[in-house]
Amino acid sequence: MSLGRKLACAALVLVMSASAAANWLAPAGYSKQYREATNAPPSHTHWLGTDEIGRDRFARVLYGTRISLLLAPAAALLSTLMAAFFGGLAGYLGGAWARTAMAVTDLFLSLPWLFLLIAARALMPLNVSPLISVLVTFLLLGLLGWTTAARVLCTTAASLRTSDFVRQARAAGLTGQRLFWMHVVPNLKPVLYAQFWISIPVFILSEANLGILGLGVAEPMPSWGSLLKELEGLVSVGEEPWKFAPLILLAVVVTSFQLLLSKQEEAA
Amino acid sequence: MNNLRWKIGGHALAVVATLLLGGLLSATLVRLAPGFDADERELDPHLNTQSVQALREARRHEHNIFHFYLSYLNHSLHGDLGTSLALGQPVRTLLGDRLPLTTRLLTTGLGLAWMLSLTLALSAAWLRLSIFDVFTTVVSGTFLCIPAAVLALLSVLWNLPGSLAIALIVFPRTYRYASNLLVKVYSRPHILAARARGLGEARILFRHVVPVVTPQLLAVAGVSVSVAVGAAIPVEALCGLPGVGQLAWQAALARDLPLLVNITILVTLVTLLANSAADVIGHVVQRREI
Amino acid sequence: MKRKERQSEMMVAPCWKAIAAAIICLGSLLGCATAQASGELKFCLRTEPKTFNPLKVEDEASGTIRYLTGGVLVRVNRQSQELEPELAQTWKLSKDGRQISFHLRSGLSFSDGTTFSAEDVAYTVQQLMDPALHSPTGDAFRSGTGNVETKILSPTQISIRFPAPVAGLDRLFDQVAILSGHSPKKEMAVLGPFMVADYKAGSTVLLKRNPNYWKSDEQGRKLPYLDSIRLDIQPNRDVEMLRFKRGELDLINSLDSEYFDKLATTSPQLVHDAGASLDSEQLWFNEVAKSPIPKYKKAWFHSANFRRAISEAINREDLSRVVFHGHAQPAAGPFSPANKFWFNAKLKPQTYSPDGALKALQSDGFRMENGTLKDKDGNEVVFSIITNAGNKYRERMAVLIQEDLQKIGIHVNVVTLDFPSLIERMTQSFDYEAILLGLTNVDLDPNGEMNVWLSSSENHQWNPQQKTPETSWEAEIDRQMRAQASSSDLKKRKEAFDRVQEIVVDQEPFIFLINKNALSAVSTSVHGAAPVILSPQTFWNAERLAVSAK
Repeated sequence: MSLGRKLACAALVLVMSASAAANWLAPAGYSKQYREATNAPPSHTHWLGTDEIGRDRFARVLYGTRISLLLAPAAALLSTLMAAFFGGLAGYLGGAWARTAMAVTDLFLSLPWLFLLIAARALMPLNVSPLISVLVTFLLLGLLGWTTAARVLCTTAASLRTSDFVRQARAAGLTGQRLFWMHVVPNLKPVLYAQFWISIPVFILSEANLGILGLGVAEPMPSWGSLLKELEGLVSVGEEPWKFAPLILLAVVVTSFQLLLSKQEEAA
Repeated sequence: MNNLRWKIGGHALAVVATLLLGGLLSATLVRLAPGFDADERELDPHLNTQSVQALREARRHEHNIFHFYLSYLNHSLHGDLGTSLALGQPVRTLLGDRLPLTTRLLTTGLGLAWMLSLTLALSAAWLRLSIFDVFTTVVSGTFLCIPAAVLALLSVLWNLPGSLAIALIVFPRTYRYASNLLVKVYSRPHILAARARGLGEARILFRHVVPVVTPQLLAVAGVSVSVAVGAAIPVEALCGLPGVGQLAWQAALARDLPLLVNITILVTLVTLLANSAADVIGHVVQRREI
Repeated sequence: MKRKERQSEMMVAPCWKAIAAAIICLGSLLGCATAQASGELKFCLRTEPKTFNPLKVEDEASGTIRYLTGGVLVRVNRQSQELEPELAQTWKLSKDGRQISFHLRSGLSFSDGTTFSAEDVAYTVQQLMDPALHSPTGDAFRSGTGNVETKILSPTQISIRFPAPVAGLDRLFDQVAILSGHSPKKEMAVLGPFMVADYKAGSTVLLKRNPNYWKSDEQGRKLPYLDSIRLDIQPNRDVEMLRFKRGELDLINSLDSEYFDKLATTSPQLVHDAGASLDSEQLWFNEVAKSPIPKYKKAWFHSANFRRAISEAINREDLSRVVFHGHAQPAAGPFSPANKFWFNAKLKPQTYSPDGALKALQSDGFRMENGTLKDKDGNEVVFSIITNAGNKYRERMAVLIQEDLQKIGIHVNVVTLDFPSLIERMTQSFDYEAILLGLTNVDLDPNGEMNVWLSSSENHQWNPQQKTPETSWEAEIDRQMRAQASSSDLKKRKEAFDRVQEIVVDQEPFIFLINKNALSAVSTSVHGAAPVILSPQTFWNAERLAVSAK
């Protein structure tokens, strides 16, 4: 185990255990408004300061971690599996299948999904618990986020189909499912890992952006996405560097994920 | 010869069918999403009941989406792409005025992004230093975590061109694919063997790596066009660039059906062209090698 | 002002400093000279202007261009709130409130050289009152059915007769930019201080001074002082602020309170807080009988006691202090104290008292169980507040209200929606429980809000389009609003509208929360700026503004 991987593991374990211990580390909770100390700098009572309405930023980061670190990888996994299924299969089958699948993917990439999300919000009741809302949001993200990878996978699978070793495997009598799972899927791994890794932060940020449609976490619940949105008031953030804490944390987590994945990849 | 003509004809037909379907689907999505009939202007307390009714009446012809779409297609055959509801100008002039800017923005942005990702990915594959790997992972990971709007704001803050913001949004999304694919290829037995035989790096790259990896990298390149188109929306809006991305956002907020249908068809066309080009070139490269 | 200070400095300056002082003085004189003769004022429009036709103006951006380019018969002075003559030297209202006659200035011409006469006024009024136009400006004049008659008595005299009395008729002409009936350039021929010279969609509108503008200052120099105004279309406030700090913009209208404070700490001379504006933020419950919400919730929302209790449980001081950094005032009622004449001075903002609210609710059969409020049938008191996404101040207010109401056991879900979805719920499907929104009020006269208060109207948001008033207090509001509209006696009108304000505050169909202060930022290179509360706050006196080189 390399040093990088050890560090990555340690970072992930630390972040996860800190968020699990949020009740204990930040007993006041994420929604308590210290209205006398709004937008405060870090102090011994508020380690990362407070936000615009006086909520403890440290508590919000910890509780936000629970949601984002659990749901974003889950949604990323969903979209990766969908990409593997559609892209891999289409590329492997080839011919008219591949062409149709790719036309569908191209359409998928171009349609204004914003409106589907708006309609999805309208189908949900207004009095929905914040947790359900965020679950639905990540589910939608997972269901809509597979197209990019599918396209690359289709090309990869198609080139595998005509490659020598698959021909040899065929000649050796391997067919159908076994061939697909044993020889095609493993070679798709680089693309699958890339898709999975990219999707995590992308979904975390998308969740926050969907806030404008009434999707995503509902107030007062925090998520990393909504914390990162604070950075959009950049003109003022420059003077308050502690506001970058969620960004640094997310970057650390994402990097750690990649370091762990890259080892897998070399093994594959 | 005849066969080829049929093939090209078939492809063209498929492209046209996809475009038409894209337009229809987007129109349907817009129509079914809530807020289609709602107009901010209704809230003006000066308007009397008749005027509010007139505002609502103005969109009546768009209610039946098939009817709307057929008449749109009919008009577009005569070169009339309709009139934007929110901006009151012909869609053709709106798009015509804004396309050059967005095209320039996207090509520069994509070019920069790919230069950056390929340089880093190739360096990583050649160097095979874990510290360099960690470094590129940290850099690309950080850029991936910064909201697109923040990158756009930063480019305003430091007076940098909008294309750089696009590049920095697209780069981490392409870099990871490129790097993973290259690492995979470089770890193949015959390349390891070639290296052991002392073959030059350039030779390995062009003889053994490029042919294998090109089709897939091209596929990523094709898809990155869509990513860049998506990135153009916040970048143009924040950097004050009057391009198609900014227009698309305005249209979405105003549920501007004629404009949205045209923009979707345009985006579908660009996506199809980019991805088909990637496929075709990939095939050619591969075939030549075989 | 600045120059005076410098001159006095020079008087006390020792001799050896004379040369340096002279240079400074020369510099400041030069600065002034350039300020008087030239300069380009730069600021942002937050949206794309939808039209350059002044009669069709519906949005703020088009309104800004109308204000800067349009010539009007009379103008409401944004500082004194009094009506002042412009193209009309004098005007007279008939006793029955149906007719107004103007005596116009002679010898004026439009920006393209076409001469101005009573014919143009008649043309403008006819265009404006065309029923097919459906413009808010025109609708404000429509008090009854029938045609508007214009009578041209001479090239400088015209009288306009309306089918029914129009309350506050003369003031309405502040919004009517006169068009030329003859100019081939149509609405691009203007009588105001500036004219549209260039428009790049999505990017900028460039206004140049109107060479034919009729006004001169007290020294006889032609107005406007500015050569041009560059309006950049930029919806993002952060970017606007950034560019202002960098000196690329000269002013910011309705500045965010957050940025106000940031600027105030570093450069207090740039920011202006003109006090409470006319704009209000309010919360209201859905009282529409056919709305698709549960029956028991309708019962809560229909109860004036319930609404009063919610109002009492909201800490308005905190809203103003926390969300707006103190740059807002707790609202007393529908009109802000900034509306000097029409505000009902007897009204005071609701005091914050969660205990009082809880007591009132308990007397209505509500009870607390383990920190949760339940109604008399045992239903938990839970409702959602929807507001438009992207307005961070409104989102923060909603979150503060959420916590305030939690204290009396009410669970609030805050949902932000994109504006079209919100409007659809509010005006068509009525699928909502409570809405938090603001009204930007541009009129001083309550007649401008006729369609908000009449129970039959579309904009009577809490329960629109009632065939007959569903409650006695709404019937009373209808009566009083009609009474003030049909009277030309200002005192009687004021009495009637005072009564309306009292009923609204008592019944709380709208729970008025705060009145935002009018905040603005003006660069020191702009001379003559005097920000006010009425829109357009900073450039209401654009013709007398000047910009010196930085």
